[in-house]
Amino acid sequence: MIAIGLEGSANKLGVGIMLHPKDGSTPQVLANIRHTYVSPPGEGFLPKDTARHHRSWVVKLVKKALKDARVSVDDVDCICYTKGPGMGAPLQSVAVAARTLSLLWGKELVGVNHCVGHIEMGRLITGASNPVVLYVSGGNTQVIAYSSQRYRIFGETLDIAVGNCLDRFARTLHISNDPAPGYNIEQLAKKGKQLVDLPYTVKGMDCSLSGILAAIDGLAATYGLNGEQPDEEEDAPSEDTPVTDGISEDRKPTRADLCFSLQETVFSMLVEITERAMAHVGSKEVLIVGGVGCNERLQEMMGIMARDRGGSVHATDERFCIDNGIMIAQAGMLAYRTGFQTPLKESTCTQRFRTDDVFVQWRD
Amino acid sequence: MPTAHPPPFSTILSSTPQPSPTDLTPIYQGAEAHLYRTTFLSSTTPAALKIRPSKPYRHPILDRRLTRARILQEARCLQKLVKEGVSVPALLGVDWEPNADNGSSWLVMEWVEGGPVRVQLERWERYLKGVERERGLAMGEGIEKSEEEKVRGLMRRIGGAVGGLHRAGVIHGDLTTSNLMLRPKSAEAAVDEEGEGSPSMEGDIVMIDFGLAMQSAQDEDRAVDLYVLERAFGSSHPRTERFFEEVLVGYKESYKGSVSALKRLEDVRMRGRKRSMIG
Repeated sequence: MIAIGLEGSANKLGVGIMLHPKDGSTPQVLANIRHTYVSPPGEGFLPKDTARHHRSWVVKLVKKALKDARVSVDDVDCICYTKGPGMGAPLQSVAVAARTLSLLWGKELVGVNHCVGHIEMGRLITGASNPVVLYVSGGNTQVIAYSSQRYRIFGETLDIAVGNCLDRFARTLHISNDPAPGYNIEQLAKKGKQLVDLPYTVKGMDCSLSGILAAIDGLAATYGLNGEQPDEEEDAPSEDTPVTDGISEDRKPTRADLCFSLQETVFSMLVEITERAMAHVGSKEVLIVGGVGCNERLQEMMGIMARDRGGSVHATDERFCIDNGIMIAQAGMLAYRTGFQTPLKESTCTQRFRTDDVFVQWRD
Repeated sequence: MPTAHPPPFSTILSSTPQPSPTDLTPIYQGAEAHLYRTTFLSSTTPAALKIRPSKPYRHPILDRRLTRARILQEARCLQKLVKEGVSVPALLGVDWEPNADNGSSWLVMEWVEGGPVRVQLERWERYLKGVERERGLAMGEGIEKSEEEKVRGLMRRIGGAVGGLHRAGVIHGDLTTSNLMLRPKSAEAAVDEEGEGSPSMEGDIVMIDFGLAMQSAQDEDRAVDLYVLERAFGSSHPRTERFFEEVLVGYKESYKGSVSALKRLEDVRMRGRKRSMIG
């Protein structure tokens, strides 16, 4: 059985084609392509521009995916699309594309929860059977574990998502959004050495990030590091003031130091709430999914934590971490095989669609 | 469980009574701390030793800052709560300065008999599942009146305990069913059978693990505390979620200032992300 998945809940438009062999062997990725809308430095992506990007690229991407997968339209069994959560206008434009294909080709539609898509793809790629899931992206920060037919949210951010926090700080520093603001923060953070004091806000298994963003934005303004900066300053952070232990109080932090401190602080919080959830449900496996899950420092920290608990961490690379069409095809196919379909008149999309709203019929 | 090395007691405070380092039984590895059973003053007085090991994933500066602040906060809150007569283990000793060699801090508390509420509720849910499967009922239909009353009673007592805590001006910060102990009233009742039957829910609620606690008199903090507990019930024990109202009833009964805190709770509930706005 073959499913085509369309994803466009944020600034990435993804099309993926997934084959579930009839004999029940491991599903295969036939095609997985993506095109990203990149906004100028200092700016985020606006819904209307992102939707326009998706509208103008969706046909090209679907055609290319079919060609890459070497399948014809007749081979496809169902069309899976992101029902939510996400930005309204981009979601709508992709839902329209999915409906059009459904009518044009005469195939069934399957509406998919974006978060469940991430989880199912992560499970497929890493082979983790029943992990605690940390889902971290530009729009979501959740600690999830499976229990009686639902992915239950054990902890989440009480305000903004971690990816949003990093992206917005990238905007403060006018760092490029290409290929992704978070990626550029990560690269800059590798040059940082000094840890500046930031709030640390964990509430049980929940966390709060907006205050940290406000604090670091304030620090950037105080030290005059916000806005555009001459290039040489960025690449050569203060060679003349050697830092050996990272505690030299009076040294003015660099942009790299701020990125470093932001990452260290928020990732510590994420690892802590994940560990708390693991202790609470008695699990030893962690799966990191979502765009921020590509961050190698986060993966490293999570690995250290999991190792100390006698467990292991599972993570995927940018092909599957960052929003993609194949995860929608995978989660959609799992639901489709249990008989789930989305009739045309119900093929809407929604900005608010919680992970635990989905009835997970395909797991015991 | 990976072994955490207990701190060398003799080097810390030689004049203070020390838990005996030769007599340590690992009990539980929590998220942030390792718990051991030990003895205090005499070899027959059980005590709980809580060690906060250094977290190697964290930046060393951040790690020291958090370890120190949290163990101090926990000690202060326990001390205050015991004074106020709230049901928490008494504080026996503490060393908050992270150990120079391994970065860990420790704290010794009174030993609490019984087990976490989480275990009892999990057993209860298993029991219900069994009943439903046996009789071919849908989820939630197998609850008999007496069973329902038992859980409602437990939830009310939990609410009462949290009310007492908030009355004393302390916020727990991590209220889950793992951090609520059910202490049996008598020694005989403590020998609870591991059977398939409906588990006992008798006993006193004792709150533990004040590692994220703080002193606050703000309704916002109280409301978030209750919200964290509500979510813990919903995610860990889906079958008990509809009885959560009982926690709030117990809370109201034991704490006069509950009205404004509960009002704030309504606001906090709306804050969770991606909630359906219909209904």
